[in-house]
Amino acid sequence: MARRILPGLPLTLGITLVYVAIIVVLPLGALIFKAASLGPEDYWRIVSSERAVASYRITILCALAATLFNLVFGLALAWVIVRYRFPGRRFVDALVDLPFALPTAVAGIALTTLFASNGWFGAPLAAIGIKVAYTPLGIIIAMAFTSLPFIVRTVQPVLEELDPALEEAGQTLGASDMEIFLRVILPQLAPALLAGLSLSFARSLGEFGAIIFIAGNQPFETEITALLAFIRLEEYDYPASAAIASVMLIAAFTMLAVTNLLQARALRYTVKG
Amino acid sequence: MAKTRRPPRIGDAPVFRNTMIAVVLALVALIIIAPLAVIGYEAFSKGIAYFGKTIANSDTRHAILMTAMTALIAVPINTAFGVAAAWAITKFDFPGRRLLLIVIEIPFSVSPIVAGVAYLFVYGLQGLFGEALQSADVKILFALPGIVLASMFVTAPFVARELIPLMQAQGRDLEEAATSLGASGWRTFFFVTLPNIKWALLYGVILCNSRVMGEFGAVSVVSGNIRGQTNTLPLHIELLYHDYNAVGAFAAASILAALAVVTLIAKVALERRGAGRVRRPSLAGTAPDISETTP
Repeated sequence: MARRILPGLPLTLGITLVYVAIIVVLPLGALIFKAASLGPEDYWRIVSSERAVASYRITILCALAATLFNLVFGLALAWVIVRYRFPGRRFVDALVDLPFALPTAVAGIALTTLFASNGWFGAPLAAIGIKVAYTPLGIIIAMAFTSLPFIVRTVQPVLEELDPALEEAGQTLGASDMEIFLRVILPQLAPALLAGLSLSFARSLGEFGAIIFIAGNQPFETEITALLAFIRLEEYDYPASAAIASVMLIAAFTMLAVTNLLQARALRYTVKG
Repeated sequence: MAKTRRPPRIGDAPVFRNTMIAVVLALVALIIIAPLAVIGYEAFSKGIAYFGKTIANSDTRHAILMTAMTALIAVPINTAFGVAAAWAITKFDFPGRRLLLIVIEIPFSVSPIVAGVAYLFVYGLQGLFGEALQSADVKILFALPGIVLASMFVTAPFVARELIPLMQAQGRDLEEAATSLGASGWRTFFFVTLPNIKWALLYGVILCNSRVMGEFGAVSVVSGNIRGQTNTLPLHIELLYHDYNAVGAFAAASILAALAVVTLIAKVALERRGAGRVRRPSLAGTAPDISETTP
């Protein structure tokens, strides 16, 4: 069928394929090749070592906690921006993207300074016995900060498009506000919310810059997987670094597949006609 | 009878509404504004003169130069790629289009550290081309080319993902009309397509630039961190911070924070012109607003 009128396919497709091959496929392929050349036994020994497993546990648990926090705060933030009119609303709307715009290393030193035991937040928190910097709590805060915009930005457009008639129907049928929120609004938001959650979680799993400053980086306690891959490099233990990085790559591809699935579902519910 | 045009929607009760706004604004101040404020506060904690002296430090100046050079090389190449990819994917039908889209978006999902490690296994001494490069005396890693390549990896999707949904939505009719009237491909692109995509293109370029200048993880693996030689600004910040030179670190960080604020302002201005609004309608069904520097 391909009835081509427009010119430029060989040129543009050529540029695209060359770029993608050199910049994206080649390095990832080299990493997989390197990890695969280890042999199953060595590979398994490295990726299942106690220190590596501890780093997976810390990374996953902290990412879950950060995502949970963002679920509540991100939803509340999107709700307030969409449903209410108040002075400074547009400013807050623009600020939501700051965690994406701020380089991670900058966010890292800023959060560490805030939450250090003599910092603006760290000092009062230390007074009531809560230590944030150099503990898993610090990792959670860094992850929550860097991935906050995902949930707001996936939920916001759906919240804007909600049909008020459905809420009114609930009201006339005598449902309480809480019931309407839980049984009318939340189900409509669910696909977008899930997509946002998976993006936020995936980002937290891979985050590095913001975390390493605040984490303390103690093996078995506050060492994330990305840092372990980095440390192995600095020790010139390249096979170990390749193996651990490949685990992160597999996790990333898994999350990419999950996100795509959820996104496709979210689109089915939100895109009209 | 109340004169409201419609019954109050849920959550509109004044007490609930005001509590929600107050709580959310307080959290925004604590979580988003405070980190920004602390950067400014720490950077100027020893006065403006000291700030100026720190910024003028030769290592800091060199790091700024490295970052600017990286962006000057990586962003235009990335932009050319993004435009080419968007043209190929939206103006033609060919098998594997969906797969190509997914591959372009992969860097969004990959941790910057993984990207850095992956580049090491291509150009590093223990990598695919390591020995060949060494015998040819070509230095890629631990030098500017490595930093540029890693930056191009993490930002590969930035321009393409702004253009593809938009050009998809705009269709091919205008371009087909132009070429059938005898315009060349280039003429069609510059006079028909470009005016329709210019804001989205600029939007993508600004986000790409902001990410290139702020990239830390991937660059920290491939740069080798030689002070005054291969340090970009984010790496230099880390170095100063670990040297217990907090004022220097925050002074350098304030440059990038200012860049972030400018990026946000530009983003809002461009969104008013419609950029960044069309998001991935159906083609790949991938990520909506992943970018904005980050990942």
